[in-house]
Amino acid sequence: MDFGFILSQSLTQAIGVTAIIYCLAAIGLNIQFGYGGLLNFGQVAFVAVGAYAVGVVVVEVGLSLWLAILIAILAATVLALLLGVPTLRLRADYLAIVTIAASEILRFLAKSFDFLGGSQGITGSIGGDFSDLNPLPDWERFELGPISFTRVDMWLVLAGWLVIAILTVLTFLLMRSPWGRVVKGVREDEDAVRSLGKNTYLFKLQILIIGGVFGSFAGMYSAIAKGAVQPDGFVPDFTFFLYVMLILGGTARVMGPLLGAAIFWFLLVFVEQFLKEGVSSGVITFISTTQIGPVRFILVGVGLMALIVFRPEGILGDRKELMLDAR
Amino acid sequence: MPADAVIGNAAVEALKNLDPHPGVAKPDPVLVADGVVRQFGGLRAVDVSHLEVQRGAITALIGPNGAGKSTFFNVISGFDTANEGTWSYNNQTITNTAPNKLARRGLVRTFQLTKSLSRLTVLQNMLLGAKGQTGENLFSAIFKFSWSAQEQANTKRAMELLGRFNLAQKSADFAGSLSGGQRKLLEMARALMLNPDLVMLDEPMAGVNPALKQSLLDHIRDIREEGTTVMFVEHDMDMVRDVSDWVVVMAQGAIISEGTPASVMRDQRVIDAYLGAHHDDALTDSGQSLTTAEETDA
Repeated sequence: MDFGFILSQSLTQAIGVTAIIYCLAAIGLNIQFGYGGLLNFGQVAFVAVGAYAVGVVVVEVGLSLWLAILIAILAATVLALLLGVPTLRLRADYLAIVTIAASEILRFLAKSFDFLGGSQGITGSIGGDFSDLNPLPDWERFELGPISFTRVDMWLVLAGWLVIAILTVLTFLLMRSPWGRVVKGVREDEDAVRSLGKNTYLFKLQILIIGGVFGSFAGMYSAIAKGAVQPDGFVPDFTFFLYVMLILGGTARVMGPLLGAAIFWFLLVFVEQFLKEGVSSGVITFISTTQIGPVRFILVGVGLMALIVFRPEGILGDRKELMLDAR
Repeated sequence: MPADAVIGNAAVEALKNLDPHPGVAKPDPVLVADGVVRQFGGLRAVDVSHLEVQRGAITALIGPNGAGKSTFFNVISGFDTANEGTWSYNNQTITNTAPNKLARRGLVRTFQLTKSLSRLTVLQNMLLGAKGQTGENLFSAIFKFSWSAQEQANTKRAMELLGRFNLAQKSADFAGSLSGGQRKLLEMARALMLNPDLVMLDEPMAGVNPALKQSLLDHIRDIREEGTTVMFVEHDMDMVRDVSDWVVVMAQGAIISEGTPASVMRDQRVIDAYLGAHHDDALTDSGQSLTTAEETDA
């Protein structure tokens, strides 16, 4: 077994494109669920809207990527308003039902419209404008200790973490402000905040929009990185992975989504590579190569159950805070 | 504040000369309710034909369980919707107005089950009460310089209030770690952060130990001395006798008696409906029928 190889593969995934996509969406979900207590079970809808908006505008319409990003932000805002305006006056569980249903409706709509590429999705040079900006020298590979990236991937990873850094700082600035205080108050008890003169409905709408727009960045980034938008990438599992990452990293912690996404992908790839190496070298005999995919999820799932039992507050959370009598 | 104290005393004095009967007109009402009806299915939980609340006085609202006191509070403060009726505050109609709007206009309430925000600190709970904060605007929030001065002023005022309520040393603790009585204190202090004209306290003494009760009574008197009108729901008759200037008695949704504490306690209807132990059984039944009606309604 080549542990060096397993480790370098896992580390690459922990900071790679996939982790960045999930991290961006998780930062948005952290604002909605972690700080504001909004049960958004359809964050993937915002990701899909971001991806499809840039895909359609760049490939089908032929406009520049920068204009497409603006349109994608607008589209995510419209989706947040559509979901939020009728449901945010109701109890929290209604938003959960509406968002998960909306995300599936959007996916099936995307599959059935030709101009959205049908079930094939959209393929093309979505990130052309982005690649043109690549400032990196023309090297074969960029070595970072045990891991290395191609010039294209290095630029994608750098830009991705830059966007994550910007959104994280923005989250920090918002949450230390009186605005953030009201948002956290809404999570604890909406009626109490209303009795103190705050229009909680407006605050909830604002966090749904902000979290949704952050989520759409994940979609745009994925479209640019993959040069394609596939409707079946936007299944509800995506949202539930985001929840796992949030709880793993620590909800309502500024750095929670970053840590959660990186560790989640590290673990998933580590287990997968470990099993692969084990099976091919004959050390592991009780499963076959085709079973590795499901088995890694089983193992990671067991690990997460252990986390909930032994450290329910996640890595960055505060046990004392979580265990408070919430009544 | 001597000037305010004089106003408070004058308001209290004026009440003593009134003829005590349900719906009596007050010299200077801050709150006037007319024909307020709240129905749950076939049951009229609240059916108040006329009520005026004197400005600057402490008014107690008493009555048996299920009399509709809390529902009346909820309707007036905008947390429930009335089926019929109108009510006004400072001579402006506020019928079915949203609670956040009322709070900004100075009508602030507390809750029977305390609503302290557990995972915020005591100080953050207090600061939520401050009105007109620039930092609560999404765009100003990002720029700390635009709200830090205001935040400091609010923090100073919050710490003063917490000091008065003996909570200053708890300011950095999570509100969820406070005892039940301390939460009552925090909720009252938080309501005062809004500089209210009228505070409506829903059972401020429930679950509070005797020593703390005395200090709560003093706080309620202090609030009146500062010119704020206090209206409260309470079952503790000692407290009602001790602190209130005027008592309103509700039974089965309607107001059956009004008057100074002494006159109300002599009123035969009040003794029959509430104070007399002999009649408790029948009243408890009516309380249960309210619960059943609510459940059927929901």
